[in-house]
Amino acid sequence: MTISVPDHPQRSPLGRRRILGWLYQGLLVAGVALIAYVAIGNLYANLAARGLKLGFDFLWQEAGFEIAFHLIPYTASDNYWRVFLIGITNTLLVTVLAIAASTVLGFAIGIAQLSSNWTVSRAARIYVEVVRNLPQLLHILIWYNVALRALPPPRAAHSLGDAAYLSNRGIYIPSLTTDRPGLLALSILLALILALVLFRSLTSYAERTGRTVNAWLPAFAVLVALPALAIVLSGAQVSFSVPHLRGFNFVGGWVIVPEVVALVLAMAIYNAAFIGELVRASIESVNKGQREASAAIGFGWWQTLRFIVIPQAVRVLLPPLSNQYLNILKGSSLAVAIGYPDLVGVFTGISINQTGRAIEIVAMTMGVYLAISLLIGALINLFNRMTRIVER
Amino acid sequence: MTPPLIRLANLNKWYSDFHVLKDIDLEVRQGERIVVCGPSGSGKSTMIRCINGLEAYEQGAITVGGELVAQNDDNIEKIRQRVGMVFQNFNLFPHLSILDNLTLGPIKLKHVPRAAAEARAMELLERVHIGHQARKFPNQLSGGQQQRVAIARALAMDPDVMLFDEPTSALDPEMVKEVLDVMIELARTGMTMICVTHEMGFARAVADRVVFMADGAIAEVGGPDAFFSAPKTERARQFIQQVIH
Amino acid sequence: MTQAAALPETGGARPSPLRASNPLTRLLGDLRGRMFGTRRDALLSLAVLAILGSIASAILPWALVNATWTGASRADCTGGGACWAFVASKAPQFIYGFYPPLERWRPDIAFSLLLVGLVWLMVPRIPGKAYAIAFIALVLPITTFLLLRGGFAGLPLVPSDQWGGFMLTMILAVSGITFSLPFGVVFALGRQSKLPLIRWFCVGFIELCRGVPFLTVLFMAIVMLPFFLPPGTKPDPLALAVGGIIFYEAAYMAEVVRGGLQAVPKGQYEAAMAIGFGYWRTMLHIILPQAVRKVVPGVVNTTISLLKNTTLVMVVGLFDLLNIVSAGVSDPLWAGSQAEGYFIVGLVFWLMSFGLSCYSRAIEAGFARADRS
Repeated sequence: MTISVPDHPQRSPLGRRRILGWLYQGLLVAGVALIAYVAIGNLYANLAARGLKLGFDFLWQEAGFEIAFHLIPYTASDNYWRVFLIGITNTLLVTVLAIAASTVLGFAIGIAQLSSNWTVSRAARIYVEVVRNLPQLLHILIWYNVALRALPPPRAAHSLGDAAYLSNRGIYIPSLTTDRPGLLALSILLALILALVLFRSLTSYAERTGRTVNAWLPAFAVLVALPALAIVLSGAQVSFSVPHLRGFNFVGGWVIVPEVVALVLAMAIYNAAFIGELVRASIESVNKGQREASAAIGFGWWQTLRFIVIPQAVRVLLPPLSNQYLNILKGSSLAVAIGYPDLVGVFTGISINQTGRAIEIVAMTMGVYLAISLLIGALINLFNRMTRIVER
Repeated sequence: MTPPLIRLANLNKWYSDFHVLKDIDLEVRQGERIVVCGPSGSGKSTMIRCINGLEAYEQGAITVGGELVAQNDDNIEKIRQRVGMVFQNFNLFPHLSILDNLTLGPIKLKHVPRAAAEARAMELLERVHIGHQARKFPNQLSGGQQQRVAIARALAMDPDVMLFDEPTSALDPEMVKEVLDVMIELARTGMTMICVTHEMGFARAVADRVVFMADGAIAEVGGPDAFFSAPKTERARQFIQQVIH
Repeated sequence: MTQAAALPETGGARPSPLRASNPLTRLLGDLRGRMFGTRRDALLSLAVLAILGSIASAILPWALVNATWTGASRADCTGGGACWAFVASKAPQFIYGFYPPLERWRPDIAFSLLLVGLVWLMVPRIPGKAYAIAFIALVLPITTFLLLRGGFAGLPLVPSDQWGGFMLTMILAVSGITFSLPFGVVFALGRQSKLPLIRWFCVGFIELCRGVPFLTVLFMAIVMLPFFLPPGTKPDPLALAVGGIIFYEAAYMAEVVRGGLQAVPKGQYEAAMAIGFGYWRTMLHIILPQAVRKVVPGVVNTTISLLKNTTLVMVVGLFDLLNIVSAGVSDPLWAGSQAEGYFIVGLVFWLMSFGLSCYSRAIEAGFARADRS
């Protein structure tokens, strides 16, 4: 809904208001142009003084520094474009993990606040009020510098069933590797899709005929059986590696470095407070009468939630929830404070120091975040339009 | 003599310190039409919301078809499936079409096959004269239309008794009649009805008994003609004078 | 008699000692019902209380009972508890940063002026709010800057790289809020404008600032912006950071103000037009005053988030409260005092943020009361 003062129908195009309008716009253009002219002049002068040129050719130069954590292969002799990609993948890793963790925790906190049990709802409320009033950077520093430092060294690590270990060098978990990773990934994806389709068709069959059918079991069976079948039939090697102590550290398995642990924990806890508020507000937005009407028909608590409250609450919840996810993405940039090599740290930080190409690098970095934000924004608009509650 | 379908015995309810229902005793037989009226704050809505367990009560007992109504009991949902309710604010489910509003309960609770549920729903929608709107959504309809759909939705569960909580109070005047007409037709089919309403014309046309409540207690009960022409209590007299203006 | 079975007494309501005369017993009984009413509730309550209890029993002895309150170094902090001596000895640095000790009366004055201005603005009963705003927006920044910097009339020069600690956090936050709000209003109005160039310019700016992390805006201000200034100028990093904060938060303020504008019913615009008001008069006299009320919660929220965002200047080398505490921890005399340092920082921020949100709720309640009377 754009609020703008409507035009008088009798005004002619050359009326006073129109002229003023063009005048304002002209002033804006002139002002921007003037500033741009001066600024760009300065830019070229400064660049010349430092012997730099504008251009993206630096991306193909050798980077020459090590990066401690990378999901795709990297050595110091790779170029800055690789560094850029490493930054992006590292950022996405932490973001996705934090989103998953904070969503689960946030939903729990939000629903807990609506509980009729006074202790539970008050405790959740205290959580929200304490956590969200502290800066996110403080959360991260506390987890990294206080909590994780307090963990024992690998030789004295806490063990979970001799298969996973918790130490101040990170979390070690058993790893599953296969020589046909693509096949495994594909079969899992296929299994997910098939399981979903099976589930939907079973439930609609149940509706159509009125028989009760358990749709969960067959779907779950498909989910597990298909990848297993794929592995057996293709003869792919699947190896299981359990971390074990050798010398001063662990070998084998996967390691989740303390920076990632601290970042994900801190961001999950911080953002869960906000997500909890969003979840609570969205459920409360479904007015009481809906619940009463549902109860009057004879639906129980869970059925009311499933058919009446959640469908309506989700529509209210998704736009601000996606906004919060974008905040998590943007918040991941704080990783630079604990030395985790995310996009800002490794590109806007180290790379600018090495190459001096501040303009190009800052622009590229901002471009990445902006592109993701606009993409998510467009998806949300699409979602809103598709699920609009139909009105007159 | 058949047992009463609904029985309220020594019903008492408090909101904190406030005694909102005082020693309510009422029996409703199958096929009876009861109109409950009284000044606002007299507890009429609270009373009928106790009947299907939307409100809890502290003392006394309510039975529907012989089963005790208790809000936290496991069988309350079974009882509610046999008691239909129409709300003042309609409370249609805005994210579902009119047809889906009616079929949701039968399909999910009574496991009626979808085709049969939809056929019955269309039948009911025709009965309330709104069959042509079946594919529309609640917010596309007027208030009167929405309330008629709400009545059909309650009927879709095949209830033994229908409760009406001020069904026309939220409607614009020109839509009140269409809803009352539907309610009168429903009464003619022999449905047991308990209506909280201010519409005295409806009471006169349809009610077997008028229950007048004031200050949380039943002040007077009587046949409609007797009640309106010769009320026995002063409170009732005042009320009737105020309502019929 | 038709029913043979006796009818049991209650209709499922929780037993509550309703008619107890003492409000305290009634409250306790009500609480007890909601905490321990059903068996599942009782288990949940006990679990939650156990968790809270274990957290408290871990923190309280550390923070209070076993703590050391005075000392000259970490070695003096025996007893296994918190080393508050760290905070006590570093407190001046935490508050003033590297400001010369002899000149600390200058920040003190500036801070007192700020307090005066804030009280004038925030306490509802004190009149002359417009003057309070003018004071905070115009008088305060200029006097603070002159006073803190000095370099004239016998006041020694204290360059901005010596400003730090809580003082710096306040400077960042207050200047951020003071200037981002008016810019936000301008951008919000511009975004609603019918003139396409103005609208696109404002939309572009807002979407840009909201789509990128605040840290990149800071980097842009501190690393990229100097390229666009005349060669040879050495811009003050603090000024650049403040600029970055102002523009970033202005975009968020703009969205909040836009929400407030949209919440004003369309009929108000029409009534104003019917009287004959033009665009600016309508905005100034009719729309903005009504939008103010809807906008208060959003503005306070943005203020709180601005306050928390000031901690990010640590990454670009400014010594705000968080950074100076971190620096204090790296002092070899006090190594290992992270927990105490972060606790203090957390406490300060929490008090300010929570205080602001309570204030916002009180203002909203005041508006609601005024409506009803």
